[in-house]
Amino acid sequence: MNKNIRWKVITIVAVLVIFTGVGVYPILAEAYRMPSPAWLQQKQLKLGLDLKGGVHLVLRVQTDDAIRLQSDQTAEQLREALRMRNIPGMVSTPSISQIRVEGVPPGQDAAFRDASADLSTSFDRSPGTNGSYTFTMKPNIQNQLRADSVVQARQTIDRRVNELGVAEPQIAEQGVDQILVQLPGVTDVEHAKSIIGSPGLLELKIVEAGPAASREDLMQNGQVPEGMDIVPGNADATGGGTVYYMVRKAAAVSGHDLTNARPAVDQNNLPAVSFTLNSEGARKFGTITETNIGRRLAIILDNRVSSAPTIQSRITDNGQITGVTRDEVNDLSLILKSGALPAKLTYLQEQTIGPSLGADSIRSGVTASVVGLLLIIFFMLIYYKLSGINAIIALVFNLIILLGLMAYIGAVMTLPGIAGFVLTMGIGVDSNVLIFERIKEELEAQHGVRASINAGFDRVFWTLVDTHVSALIAALFLIQFGTGPIRGFAYTLIIGLASNLFTSIFVSKTLFEIALSRRSPREQVATLSI
Amino acid sequence: MHIFTNPNYNFLRWRWHAVAVSWIVILAGLFAIYTKGLPKGIEFAGGTSVIMQFDTTPSVEAVRDALNRNYPGGGQDAVVQSYGDPAVRQVMVRVPQVGAEQGTSLSVPAQNVENALRKANLGNFKVVGTEIVGPSVGDELTQKGLSAFILSLIGILGYIAFRYEFSFAVGAVVATLHDVLVTFAFLAFFRYDLTLNVIAALLTVTGYSTNDTIVIFDRVRENMRKMRRDSLSEVINISINQTLGRTVITAGTALLSAIALFLFGGEVLHGFAFTMIVGIVTGTYSSVFVAAAIVTFWRRTKPSKLSTASPAAVTAPAAPARNAASSRKSKSQRKARAS
Repeated sequence: MNKNIRWKVITIVAVLVIFTGVGVYPILAEAYRMPSPAWLQQKQLKLGLDLKGGVHLVLRVQTDDAIRLQSDQTAEQLREALRMRNIPGMVSTPSISQIRVEGVPPGQDAAFRDASADLSTSFDRSPGTNGSYTFTMKPNIQNQLRADSVVQARQTIDRRVNELGVAEPQIAEQGVDQILVQLPGVTDVEHAKSIIGSPGLLELKIVEAGPAASREDLMQNGQVPEGMDIVPGNADATGGGTVYYMVRKAAAVSGHDLTNARPAVDQNNLPAVSFTLNSEGARKFGTITETNIGRRLAIILDNRVSSAPTIQSRITDNGQITGVTRDEVNDLSLILKSGALPAKLTYLQEQTIGPSLGADSIRSGVTASVVGLLLIIFFMLIYYKLSGINAIIALVFNLIILLGLMAYIGAVMTLPGIAGFVLTMGIGVDSNVLIFERIKEELEAQHGVRASINAGFDRVFWTLVDTHVSALIAALFLIQFGTGPIRGFAYTLIIGLASNLFTSIFVSKTLFEIALSRRSPREQVATLSI
Repeated sequence: MHIFTNPNYNFLRWRWHAVAVSWIVILAGLFAIYTKGLPKGIEFAGGTSVIMQFDTTPSVEAVRDALNRNYPGGGQDAVVQSYGDPAVRQVMVRVPQVGAEQGTSLSVPAQNVENALRKANLGNFKVVGTEIVGPSVGDELTQKGLSAFILSLIGILGYIAFRYEFSFAVGAVVATLHDVLVTFAFLAFFRYDLTLNVIAALLTVTGYSTNDTIVIFDRVRENMRKMRRDSLSEVINISINQTLGRTVITAGTALLSAIALFLFGGEVLHGFAFTMIVGIVTGTYSSVFVAAAIVTFWRRTKPSKLSTASPAAVTAPAAPARNAASSRKSKSQRKARAS
């Protein structure tokens, strides 16, 4: 064996050992309980949700909410600013991104401009007739808010899912405003959904009026007073009946100031959730409670008053939510701890795959792989005789490298991915077919075995590059198109194509060289089993 | 071993027949889609599907009957079918409804299906899988799939134009379009649901069906340098014949793996494997009959880069006359060989 071939063989063996170690051995070790180091088992090829079982959710973040919230808050600040400067004017929000002010007296125009100066960073102002002004949120600010709300929602969901203790969840942004949540092994969809989708917005507000039996009782002249909100709540701790409270729109303290929440019991030994505020929240809460002793404090969760106890003394950094059931306590503490969602979520898609369904898919995928491999092995042996063995070795290398690379880069094997694996066999040997056919052609032209083999590989090389590149182009766009399972398929195809170029050209040619090197270099090699 | 020994078929002579056959299939497919619609899978149509595993499999009729009696609004829109290997005793029920997207009520119809079957006493069963897809998902997928397809066609067009020449790229892309349309026709004939997997298979076919075309074009380019005296049609015909063996074998091996998937890959991959099988067959057909024919059509109307750049071309106006003469000559040669 000459030096050149020896190096090629060493390269091939090294590649084979590495990829078998990463890609194939951990799978076998798990299936047949063979010893294997933990770090290697951790690198094992990951199975997708469709094979392992679990819950797959696609949610849409209602990004309009984030813009509406911003407009509402800004409108509230503007109201406050006008009140402080004694400027009359009705502030309203006609659309989610607009604030409208009406009835500013002409004489106070300059003062109004001064009061609304803060808005100019995020809003464009256009004056109308009779002292009216319309502020429209700048498009770039709107886009930023939308993008931020998706990121925040993703982070919040991430924290909640982690608190749930799901192993290897996958939470990713998808498209403009969607979030993909994959929870392997989870089968209780309803519970997962209620925790992920719960707004989790905690607000502490002083009760201005109420409780009252109906909304109308609290209205003044048939209207909700400016800057106020009427919020429903339970009449008693057991959840019977609804009463209404009037509170200020702007919260004194909110869930943003919360550091921790945990299950607890109240003074009547009923389930409750205790929460702790951070220093900023504690300062605000201290001032509010101190100045409002004897009044009621509404603890509002997701726009519903959960309780409204009377303030006995100054409270700083902790409080309790009562009136929750024993089942809700854990979930509620989890949701509060992970923070509020910046916007409402809607569910677009939901899929549950039971473990047995996944196991069926694995079984049929493996059967199809074995049958496909056997069919191709038979065909190559019959059609290309001994050279067929060469193609089969190259193919098996191709599959081992494919599995190894997928495990190494942490790609996920899905059911369509298995299909990609099977197709890689059928499409992978195509390269060998093209090379072998070319060699046959050269042999028929009486070019001698060595020359024919060299010509076969050389002439077909660029054809192979072209066919692989065009298949790669389609596969790359497939990643763009697909989610989860389809991406698994696209990755399998792409990796399979790349490793196929290596095996069909480098490995296969080296195998021919080894076969020829057994004969003496001067001996005229006259026959090739092809 | 050879599949064909020195094949010498005149493929280009059959190109009009091929055009006719292709159009008949494509138009029949479009007609089937137009009249009966292309059945959409749950990802595209939206809806709820529930897969249940029974202790003893009830008949499809019994399940349908249970839905008719107990499912809110009746089960006339429900699709009931046995799912997967009969040995696993699974039944899939699909209804077009989805719950409201707000809160957790998306899965209400899934609950309703389960309750309807429980009420009917069909024996013990458990729900092993559910899939609920909101109505807005399908449109987005259609758009994404279409743009992925168009972009990959443009990518392939660009690549082949860069590596070969523009007329070849047009031929390859038209052939690929043809393959996708024919595959759609067969999906319509055999009433396969349009699912994400089917679209993935179609995109794979897009990439794969150019392979055979590239192999032929590669040979055409090689032969153009060797056979400067022959007409383009002649060169193309000879190239197709020379590569015919590998065209058929490469399709054959790919077909073997697709068939393995079709027979053993399980319920979920059925549509995928079917699409691949049709795509591989039509991809091979179009490489031989469509792609090359398009090149000759295109070259007839557009001046060619290759032939003018070729050192053998004396002057551009003289070239067509020479080509015509040589093609006449080769026809008579062929007759001589045939006799």
